Amino acid sequence: MKISAVVTLKEDVLDPQGKVVNQTLKNMGFDNVVNVRQGKYFEIELNESNSEKAKNTINEICKKLLTNSVIENYTINYK
Amino acid sequence: MRSSVIVFPGSNCDRDVAVALQNFNFKNQMVWHDESNLPKTDLVVLPGGFSYGDYLRTGCIASKSKIIDDIIKHGKKGGLILGICNGFQILIETGLLKGSLLRNKKLKFISKNVYLKVSNVNNKFCSKYGKNQTIKLPIAHNEGNFFTDDDQLKEFEDNDQIAFKYCNKDGFISSISNPNGSSNNIAGILNLEKNILGMMPHPERLIDPILSGEDGSTLFESLLKL
Amino acid sequence: MEISAEIIDKHGIKPDEYKKIVSLIGRKPNLLELGIFSAMWNEHCSYKSSKKYLRTLPTTNNKVIQGPGENAGIVDIEDDDALVFKIESHNHPSYLEPYQGAATGVGGILRDVFTMGARPIATLNSIHFGDQNHPKTKNLINGVVSGIGGYGNCMGIPNVGGEVKFNSSYNGNNLVNAMAVGLVKKNKIFYSKAKGINQPVIYVGSKTGRDGIHGASMASTEFNEDAEEKKPTVQVGDPFTEKLLLEACLELMKDDSIISIQDMGAAGLTSSSIEMASKGNLGIEIDLNKIPCREKEMTPYEMMLSESQERMLLILNSGKEEVARSIFTKWGLDFSIIGKTTDTKNIVLNFEGNQVANLPLSSLSYEAPVYDRKWKKNSNVKKVQKPDTISNYKILESFKKILTSPNNSKKNWVWEQYDSTVMGDTVKKPGGDSGVIRIHGKNKGVAITVDSSAHYCLADPIIGGKQVVSEAWRNLISVGANPIAITNCLNFGNPEKEKIMGQFVETIDGISQACRYLDFPVVSGNVSFYNETNNKAISPTPTIGGVGLIKDLDKLVSNNFQDINNKILVIGKTTGHLHQSEFFREVMDFDDGPPPEVNLFNEKNNGLIVKKLISKRLLKSVHDVSSGGILLALSEMCNSMEIGAKIKVPRNNIGLHEYLFGEDQSRYIVEVTEKNIKEASDILKENSIYFELIGLTQKESFDLDNEFKINLEELNELSLSWFKNYFNEN
Repeated sequence: MKISAVVTLKEDVLDPQGKVVNQTLKNMGFDNVVNVRQGKYFEIELNESNSEKAKNTINEICKKLLTNSVIENYTINYK
Repeated sequence: MRSSVIVFPGSNCDRDVAVALQNFNFKNQMVWHDESNLPKTDLVVLPGGFSYGDYLRTGCIASKSKIIDDIIKHGKKGGLILGICNGFQILIETGLLKGSLLRNKKLKFISKNVYLKVSNVNNKFCSKYGKNQTIKLPIAHNEGNFFTDDDQLKEFEDNDQIAFKYCNKDGFISSISNPNGSSNNIAGILNLEKNILGMMPHPERLIDPILSGEDGSTLFESLLKL
Repeated sequence: MEISAEIIDKHGIKPDEYKKIVSLIGRKPNLLELGIFSAMWNEHCSYKSSKKYLRTLPTTNNKVIQGPGENAGIVDIEDDDALVFKIESHNHPSYLEPYQGAATGVGGILRDVFTMGARPIATLNSIHFGDQNHPKTKNLINGVVSGIGGYGNCMGIPNVGGEVKFNSSYNGNNLVNAMAVGLVKKNKIFYSKAKGINQPVIYVGSKTGRDGIHGASMASTEFNEDAEEKKPTVQVGDPFTEKLLLEACLELMKDDSIISIQDMGAAGLTSSSIEMASKGNLGIEIDLNKIPCREKEMTPYEMMLSESQERMLLILNSGKEEVARSIFTKWGLDFSIIGKTTDTKNIVLNFEGNQVANLPLSSLSYEAPVYDRKWKKNSNVKKVQKPDTISNYKILESFKKILTSPNNSKKNWVWEQYDSTVMGDTVKKPGGDSGVIRIHGKNKGVAITVDSSAHYCLADPIIGGKQVVSEAWRNLISVGANPIAITNCLNFGNPEKEKIMGQFVETIDGISQACRYLDFPVVSGNVSFYNETNNKAISPTPTIGGVGLIKDLDKLVSNNFQDINNKILVIGKTTGHLHQSEFFREVMDFDDGPPPEVNLFNEKNNGLIVKKLISKRLLKSVHDVSSGGILLALSEMCNSMEIGAKIKVPRNNIGLHEYLFGEDQSRYIVEVTEKNIKEASDILKENSIYFELIGLTQKESFDLDNEFKINLEELNELSLSWFKNYFNEN
């Protein structure tokens, strides 16, 4: 089973990279860009067919490793 | 000889390289990234540092600056361009040099003196070094791992485009002397026409015996020979 | 809205403090005003538990331009140059989020330096972790070291020294003490004292977000549906923006637009506006609608207490606003005229046309509580017997055990992650007694060191306080510098406990004694209290950052052996004090007893004579003896890996372990050529300095007569091994 997880900074946490990308896009002429937040994308392949078990495993992986829970959130997409 | 050091927001080594150039009697000007045109110049230097904080990809955002078009023109006309560390990263992002610079293999910033073998002296930057001479220069980077596909690597070797390779103090090249995992221990490369040099080590930091060496001086002296 | 006792308590304000607030302002404060008091009266801003004792520290000598009380301390280093420096803690945030906590610690201390007009030229860090086997330690080290590197490297400021210490007392409370040093012209120093009425107050830098607003602000969100999204957030550092801020500020400082300037650090806009105005004996009025905000619908409470980083507050000469605006705009930074100075001596805040706070500045500054907390003596510890099994321990094995322990191993793993040569003026990199930076364009340099000795301070705070200052002094002399002054970061547990308060009081006493005797005053620093978890406090940890001047860099002296067949002398008497030594702790697991006494007379005498020998070019290398004793110090002088030593312990009446591992103070190891030995010996004898010959330098090997021979490469591998093994990098 292939699952993807997207890790993003929590709202209210400063995103220095997103801020600079946003400004650069404006400088490049993309006038209608309002805001940019930068995150990370993970693709995880699990040897697991039971979707409930897979869901639990991915949640654990995100919480224990992929996410710095002090400043980040995550969302999961099941393919 | 005239030089222009390009200053981006976040450049740190602009003053260092300006001091080195002035030491060697270059007529130097500092050029802000937002200018459209270069002044009349023989050598363009892209200094080290953290332009735009290295955000998104190192060198990426700087490579979109206004001044870059003129720098590309200068390079294509055969003008000299020296990119040091972040400057090398910016040259790669502009396409003036081929390949890519990835995160150091051990995923840590490395700041230390390394030994380099001068692999090509038939160019204006290294002409005063001896062929295959072993020199010492400092590195200080997080993304110095030069990577490209095998075909491109072969092209570099065949066309003698590799300027410096990491080695040990006896000139021996191996993975032990490779600080960051670079393919073929590459520390600096030239374009095909050999007027553009990108290098990760900092020659401008070793131009004074009190700073533990002068192997950087030879690079500036080579340029002056013209 | 009625403020409940619970809200007052959440703000860290005690009932009697609340009563004092009400009596000072003549009414009950509103929530915003309560928040402001909570920020200004907390320990970090008010120094209420420490002020009484900090006032007893010596803070002047003929080189001090600015002592404590400003953003940083300043000393004269001749030719119109001055050095601006300070050390500060960022402990609690780095436990919560090690990378960002350490990064923002570096950011904060750099701002304290450049806000005074100085371009930062060096950083150092003193970081302390719990036991190596504690589950959090590895992640904390990784996070803190990456955070320091991530911020400092991006700013392009070389790191030239530091220390990394391990001690189980830091298990629940790791420490990050960040030091910065900057260079300024004496006639171009900027202060934070506001001057002039109706002068514009300007905010520059990053926008304000909800960073660092702590639990107390929950009170302000209880009345808001979006409480979940507005939870307090960890401060995230943006070194790129700080680099822009640095360049913009230094550019503006070239002329006389700025009257005063202060960075926004702890308690953000609140502390900077209040401190600037109250120092100048003025009032200040701010229109909060003018604050550049990063997030939507920020409240006045959030704006005033936010600890968003990379922001400064300026008071400009009227008429200079547009010149300043164009500079900050060029560097891509926010610039907003947010208010003005007044003559009311109050702070007045307006929002959406209403006045939302109005407080007398005196109540927030010099009328803040100053406590005289009860304390218990911890000093004058009884002597204890040495264990009688010392001779069971083989010298070589003991030496190797010390060398491969986390506290005594070489810290290359750490400092090779920090750029130490950017700016092109680093004469001595980390790894020696002091870092040395050349003053740009000149042949003089400054030596900088940072030291702490928590275990000595725990055993006896007075002796420990004396020792840590003396060690900093010695470390500067060992590179040929003239010590000038210090900055201190005082890390302790809960001062409301008598034992901890006693540690603080007595440590200050020890520091004062040494500073006074050595003419080495304190010009800046901070205090970090409440470093304890579950009633376990950290060992008292005063961290001392010292600076000295090397007038002529040609006279710089190395800390490594330079040539073969030179004589090696130990200057200073060895009585073999083993209590509180690395040998007792690492090898015999014995940590009772008093630390080695510091005889300030000998300390000063020995140091001044070593300095004289250096200035007469009679010494090829020098290294001070500190933790680990003579054997470890000798091995450290073999750092070049080419020149080692052949050591023969001189005849004495103390045991071999006592001689090799004793940690008596005031000692130096020096290398002298055959040609110079007579002159050097004559000077030492004339000045009644005890010294003895301990060996000769030689190629490639470090030998102790009748005990061992170690090849220098093997010695180097051993000293690097702990970090390599701990992080699986073999």
